[in-house]
Amino acid sequence: MGQGSLDVSGLVVKFGSLTALDNVSLVAAPGTVTGIIGPNGAGKTTLLNAVCGFVKPEAGEISFDGKDLRGIRPHQLARLGIGRTLQAVGLFGGLTAAENVMAGAAVGAKAGFWSAFAGLPRSDRDERRLRQLAVAALDRVGAADLADRRPETLPHGSRKRVALARALVAAPRLLLLDEPASGLAEDELPELGALITEIAREAGVLVIEHRMDLMMSVCDHIFVLDFGVLIAQGSPAQVQENPLVTEAYLGALHE
Amino acid sequence: MASDVSEQIEVPAAQRRLAWLSRSTLARHVLLAAGGAVVLYLISVGLDPYRDYLMAQVAAMVVAVAGLTVLIGLSGQISIGNGAFMAVGGYTGALIFMHLHWPLGLILVVAAVVAAAVGAVFGLAAARLRGPYLAGATLMFAVALPFLANQFSGVLGGDQGLGFFITSPAFLGVNFSLQRWQAWVNCGVGLVVFVLLANLTASKVGRSWRAIRDDEIAAALAGLNVAGYKILAFIVSAACAGLGGVLLAIYDGTVSPSLFTFGLSIQLLTAAVLGGLGSLAGAIWGAALLVIVPIYLQDVAVSHGFASQATSAAIPTLAYGVVLIVVMLAFPRGIQGGLSRLVKKKGSL
Repeated sequence: MGQGSLDVSGLVVKFGSLTALDNVSLVAAPGTVTGIIGPNGAGKTTLLNAVCGFVKPEAGEISFDGKDLRGIRPHQLARLGIGRTLQAVGLFGGLTAAENVMAGAAVGAKAGFWSAFAGLPRSDRDERRLRQLAVAALDRVGAADLADRRPETLPHGSRKRVALARALVAAPRLLLLDEPASGLAEDELPELGALITEIAREAGVLVIEHRMDLMMSVCDHIFVLDFGVLIAQGSPAQVQENPLVTEAYLGALHE
Repeated sequence: MASDVSEQIEVPAAQRRLAWLSRSTLARHVLLAAGGAVVLYLISVGLDPYRDYLMAQVAAMVVAVAGLTVLIGLSGQISIGNGAFMAVGGYTGALIFMHLHWPLGLILVVAAVVAAAVGAVFGLAAARLRGPYLAGATLMFAVALPFLANQFSGVLGGDQGLGFFITSPAFLGVNFSLQRWQAWVNCGVGLVVFVLLANLTASKVGRSWRAIRDDEIAAALAGLNVAGYKILAFIVSAACAGLGGVLLAIYDGTVSPSLFTFGLSIQLLTAAVLGGLGSLAGAIWGAALLVIVPIYLQDVAVSHGFASQATSAAIPTLAYGVVLIVVMLAFPRGIQGGLSRLVKKKGSL
């Protein structure tokens, strides 16, 4: 229950008669990179969706910093210090890259509706500050030169950078990454890995990913899900040697 | 840091003197509005009373359309029922005018606030509905509301409606044209509304609306209160519609169910689409086309001898359809969208 620690225990999620997650417990400790792996349909994204309040769990507990996350609404997460990126990237097509990131920075905005409505200097100052934060966040992911580009004009890898900057700009204490490497070229992975490691110096990171080489290099601890059940956990080396894990993956391959 | 670069670049003195303008949203928008006021003043004094009267009508519609274009174009929600919010504002204004005799400025504010309150109730529902369901709910509102006037005919005046006759202030002289005063009032309110809406659009609020329009899930994860912003958009849009309703009542001299028909709601929607969704300038083009084209064509029809009642009634509707088709074919993103594309093309050549 440390600073910025995500604790999930006994989590059960059902979609009708299908049990998507069955009694799953895990911890994402602050300052570390925690990985969740598992074949397609294992329940990885469902787990993130339950944490973020998009899916209502049947049973179990989810807490962050000791605060109960059940019944929370997704937009409240950012204020609690939890950021998340989406598998489908989800950039706002009508906004520039910088504006996308500014949208993520709005949690820290000081000016409210009325000063925006009246066009007060207070709102202008706030906007300039948010823009500076956004450009700094873009800089951090190596995308400062893209600030005024529309998402549709960017290659996939750059879009993912912008989306990551949008999550980082709110300075989350826990960052949930849903397949950050999907759609990236092989030569982009080391840079992503280095970035994740760097982020983990100030925040906890929980990653879902298929690219095993990336997971083995960045994760401190890995949980393995198969058909909604936690079948193994440990350091990357321990998980790699676990026969249950091999079987789950090979079994999935056979199907 | 990259963010400091812009501050260090040498700026020419003339540009530096204007820097406060680029730094202050309000100053920029007020300056634009002041320019607009001068132009509108010059136009109004050059027009005959009938055309001043049309100008007042256009301004009333512009206010309502501007609110709708913000709702649809920025927040991504649809309303087919904003004519009903106009009715709420119009009747509120008329009732206060008749019974309490408040000054006009106060009446306008209260009418906008009451319409906004009704909009808030609707926004609560809207935050849970989407697409066709939201369209259906707002449509029902627009169709049903005018019947209230007959249900409570004691207060609301039934089909006859309520009178709303303003007079031009004494300092302008006894012979000052009432139509010109109406045009001034309506255009003045329109300019204030435009400044406020432009402020919102350029701010965090406008950006959040556009973000939610583009991707609700990503917007929620970015920390934006999706339901809250959607309701806010409905409130702003309803307040504008309510103001437009009062202004339309001032123009008409009455409020009655026949002024706020379901057709009015459709006209607002058409004007917003014609002008270009999400564009305030587009709201002006859309509303102006909506009011002026049918009247102009009717005049033409009459002067060419198509004066039988059936044809003169049908011609505005026909013209309306033709204009809609032509504009949408030529400018799929509305008139303002088309104009800014033309300007961009020229700039790049």
